[in-house]
Amino acid sequence: MEKVKLLGTWPNPFVQRVVWALKLKGIEYEIIYEDRANKSELLKYNPIYKNAPVLVHNDIPICDSLVILEYIDETWKDASPLLPQDPLLKANERFWAKYGDEQVLSAVYGYYRKQGKDQEEARETTLAHLKCVEQLLNENNFMSGERVGFLDLAFGWLADYSRPLEMVGGVKLLDEDSFPKLCAWRDNFLKIPSINGSWPDQENLIARFQKSKQSLFG
Amino acid sequence: MGKSCEIKLLGTAPSHFVNRVQFVLNLKSIEYEFIDENLNCKSELLLTSNPVHKKVPVLIHANKPPILESLIIIEYLDEVYHDIHPILPSDPLERAHNRFWANYIDTKYFPLFEELRRTPGIEGKKEVKKQLDEASELLEEVFVKSSNGKAYFGGDDVGYIDVVLGCFLAWIKFVEKLNKFKIFDEVRTPKLLEWTNRIWSHEALKDAICGSEALTNHYAMLQIKKP
Repeated sequence: MEKVKLLGTWPNPFVQRVVWALKLKGIEYEIIYEDRANKSELLKYNPIYKNAPVLVHNDIPICDSLVILEYIDETWKDASPLLPQDPLLKANERFWAKYGDEQVLSAVYGYYRKQGKDQEEARETTLAHLKCVEQLLNENNFMSGERVGFLDLAFGWLADYSRPLEMVGGVKLLDEDSFPKLCAWRDNFLKIPSINGSWPDQENLIARFQKSKQSLFG
Repeated sequence: MGKSCEIKLLGTAPSHFVNRVQFVLNLKSIEYEFIDENLNCKSELLLTSNPVHKKVPVLIHANKPPILESLIIIEYLDEVYHDIHPILPSDPLERAHNRFWANYIDTKYFPLFEELRRTPGIEGKKEVKKQLDEASELLEEVFVKSSNGKAYFGGDDVGYIDVVLGCFLAWIKFVEKLNKFKIFDEVRTPKLLEWTNRIWSHEALKDAICGSEALTNHYAMLQIKKP
């Protein structure tokens, strides 16, 4: 019997995407949430970065959420493939996933951390990044194509965190007129049973973001 | 290389990110056309191929949409030309560890060299050198574990981490000469030191990296543009 353990902190978009991957593939796992102030298991299994997520498979740790997603996809390859087979399409998804983490996520979180004039000045760049993401959707329901995949999981944080961020930050980024495809994608993503079943509680997210406005990772 | 080459690589000689793609193309005996970019005056092809980052390397294969980012390009080449000199191992766990360490080298190790360059004064540079030494010792452990007694991180043959770290050797040697210290040595990183000599003389790498004059010019440009 395979032993799959996921070490995480909450709320954490990088952990959440691994949860969704495991759920989509129907993999049984145990999740252990550690407190950021007291994360002994994380420190033991991820001494380099000392953060979550860490997937521990048969006692061997794998770190870095996008590396974990590819590991899951390659190990449990028969159920719900996350990445496409075609090398060019795969390269495209890997590129946009990296862009999402390095540029979009930091821009959006950074935007909500700022206030007043600083926030206004950051709005244009943040919206430009979101425009790039909007264009990923083309005619499909999902970023990975007709079915949910790697890229949707990589951008999943936009689906489940955007409304709580808007509630707490008091300002909207994803309005339906400017981002019709992204807003539709957000709804489609939520409708998937595996995704819906492990949707982070929105009220808890709002409460947590309220509590620590300056450090939105909790 | 002929104009009818199926593969075009946009790049500049002093970029080790570009060099690593060249190394892989050489290892897989793939012919390609190298399009030398002037990063102070980027071509229309580069700007339209990589509108997001406007950076090299960019790989264009048979006029299909361009592939960006050196590590992504390497994985693409490894998947398309999987029968010739595989770069990544086939086991998912080993692949995950290779990807993890390549990311570590790119996001933690290499930036230390940039920090070294930008830190003024000897005391400041000493502090950065301490961090570099710790990181190098960590890579020594990674080498010992990955190589399992063999010649390369990839085992008997050059693999993913060999490519990622190996292409930076020209810069490492440059930095060692400039600062009069050693990054790898017999005491702290004996296995890595042996590895550097081994990979430095690899035929496929020799053709991929640029000479010290180009590095010196590039370094001088960096000192002016990003002091």
